[in-house]
Amino acid sequence: MTERNQTPHDANPDERLEHDDAPLHDNKPGEGGELPTESHEKQTPTSSSAAIAADDTGTARSLTADAWRSLRKNPLFWISSVLIVGLLAIAIFPGLFTDQNPDYGDLGRARIDPNSTHWFGTDRQGYDVYTRTIYGARASILVGVLGATGTLLLGSFLGLVAGYLGGWVDTLISRIGDIFFAIPLLMAGIILLSATRSMDTLLGVPLQGYFGTIFQLVLVLVLFGWPAIMRLMRSSVIQVKPNDYVQAARALGASPLRIIRRHVMPNALAPAIVVTTINLGVYISVEATLSFLGIGLVPPAISWGVMINDSLVFLRSGTTLHALFFPALFLSICVLAFIMLGDAVRDAFDPKSRDR
Amino acid sequence: MTDLETTERATSDRGTNNRDIVLKARDLRKYYPIKGGVLQRQVGEVKAVDGVSFDLYKGETLGIVGESGCGKSTLGRVLMRLEEPTDGTVEFDGVQMYEQSGSAMRKMRRDIQIVFQDPYTSLNPRRTVGEIVGEPFNIHPDVVPKKGRRKAVQELLELVGLNPEHINRYPHQFSGGQRQRIGIARGIALNPKVLICDEPVSALDVSVQAQVVNLMEKLQRELGLAYIFIAHDLSVVRHISDRVGVMYLGRLVEIGDEDEIYSRPTHPYTQALLSAVPVPDPTLRGKRDQITLSGDVPSPANPPDGCHFHTRCWKVQDVCRTDTPELEVHQDGDGGHLSRCHFAEVRQVIETQDVSGRGKDSLFAGQGERDNSDAVAAGAAGDGDVQSGPDTRAPSGG
Repeated sequence: MTERNQTPHDANPDERLEHDDAPLHDNKPGEGGELPTESHEKQTPTSSSAAIAADDTGTARSLTADAWRSLRKNPLFWISSVLIVGLLAIAIFPGLFTDQNPDYGDLGRARIDPNSTHWFGTDRQGYDVYTRTIYGARASILVGVLGATGTLLLGSFLGLVAGYLGGWVDTLISRIGDIFFAIPLLMAGIILLSATRSMDTLLGVPLQGYFGTIFQLVLVLVLFGWPAIMRLMRSSVIQVKPNDYVQAARALGASPLRIIRRHVMPNALAPAIVVTTINLGVYISVEATLSFLGIGLVPPAISWGVMINDSLVFLRSGTTLHALFFPALFLSICVLAFIMLGDAVRDAFDPKSRDR
Repeated sequence: MTDLETTERATSDRGTNNRDIVLKARDLRKYYPIKGGVLQRQVGEVKAVDGVSFDLYKGETLGIVGESGCGKSTLGRVLMRLEEPTDGTVEFDGVQMYEQSGSAMRKMRRDIQIVFQDPYTSLNPRRTVGEIVGEPFNIHPDVVPKKGRRKAVQELLELVGLNPEHINRYPHQFSGGQRQRIGIARGIALNPKVLICDEPVSALDVSVQAQVVNLMEKLQRELGLAYIFIAHDLSVVRHISDRVGVMYLGRLVEIGDEDEIYSRPTHPYTQALLSAVPVPDPTLRGKRDQITLSGDVPSPANPPDGCHFHTRCWKVQDVCRTDTPELEVHQDGDGGHLSRCHFAEVRQVIETQDVSGRGKDSLFAGQGERDNSDAVAAGAAGDGDVQSGPDTRAPSGG
């Protein structure tokens, strides 16, 4: 540490001087309402990338840069990243991976075993399993990403408010959180989704169709997932708040909004981000579970859960198991990848787990 | 006779009233409620600060000493208005601080700043040094125009002895002493009139303590700052202070010029404190008049009646248990100063030696002569747990 400080390593100070002007400016409008992670990243985009670039020379390195540094050394991170990038590509551009129509069912080719034309075989409706697995990635990942993001936004906002303000606001938010926390996610999903099944719109949002059913699921996940993030955020805000640097900002006359945005939130957000990464995988499997139970996504939406549900009938007969196996395999890989990424991120943000 | 009158009389006695008072604290009290029971009703209160009055003159250093839990830090926070006082007033430059709100209070904060004890928690780990030191300018944008801010920050870094090119580094890349300098740079950024230093060197390595104290003296000369220097280290306080106040259980028990407190203390508690200062001279071992107090500091939630110190005082008499002594002038053999004791009298104790007149170089260079200078540099006096050697709290690795 000291060695590094003493060595004059400022090889290219001028270059960094230019970059880092931005954070010194006063509050840029529009920063406040953004996604917390993004606003933090956006405030110092160049400085963190500059820090990474300057890594080898040993100059400025933020905690985020430190985390990135240890992340890079983690094989778990690379394996999960490759998997996730691949799955994201499948989800965004399914047409690149197959030229067949997932909605084309031909009973004449039902229940064919995997072969060179139908890599994963076909199911009892004559759908090509490979094509539907590829197209199913979008719904599964969409539910996971939107659910986890929504949970992070709602949970961290409420946690920030509860932890920072304290008092009766804290009590109110925490008790409401307890109520939602006490309801098992699956049970809540079953109840809520069977209620919305027959509804066409909710508050003007269409509930049917491809995005409608996804919205229903995301709604359930966010509604019953936020208390966990809220508690986490609240406790880390309470931990950060009495720190002297927060007091120093108060002593300087900083407004509460400024203190929250520049001092409390960046230092309290890491645990919530880590849990959100893990949640991604969990929510994808919850989507599959609910779809499997027949109340999650419903056709015309294609998802791995829907496919598993469809192929259930084969389970007892013992034939055409490939229609069950491949979506389940993709589901497992996807969930595993996101949870592995979450683990790697958690290790990177937790200095104690770093071996050095 | 109120505290206010006594203080003013005492100061006029000393002939120091020709200087301007910048901060006037009167009867400050801070009680923390103790809540208990199912309904969280208030069952008592911790009297952290219990009626403290003093004046601070322009450009002077007022040291506040006392043992842990006597309310020193709470006093600092109340003076900063980081906590609202239960009672009392602070007049800052002729304006009542606790009556201000909103923008007026914000404006006032420009003139009174704080440096914290722990340099490891007082800097936001996710901000660069430039952002930390520049934050005062962002909060008070009219002080320095936007274009000049970067330069202003670099000048500040240079002023506190840091490399201005390190503006883009993060706090964890600095050692404890460097971090404390960053904290000081943030404190003086707005050119305040008063800097409250809440144990600014207690968390630092001994040799670094001396550097930081010398830096603070230099800044005082250059910027005309007034310091309220809160510490539990008597030697450091003597080195830097013009006047010293001794606190015990939330009250000032004695206040006066540095010489009056250290050479002619009249309050038994001050005498006991001073007698505990280690003297780095083995030939004096066993010959010193050391006062050993028995018992612990009483709980501030339930302070004793009368004089707070009577439970541990060797002079205690019945009157001490019933009547609270006022902070009033007692003769100390060479004039008099304020002391809160019914039986105040001078008792000579061997104490730290004042080396502040020798110039700061002697702090390190004073090897040739008998090493009195180390009494200050080693600062460990009255504070046995300060270690020498490398700062063990410096972050390892990077």
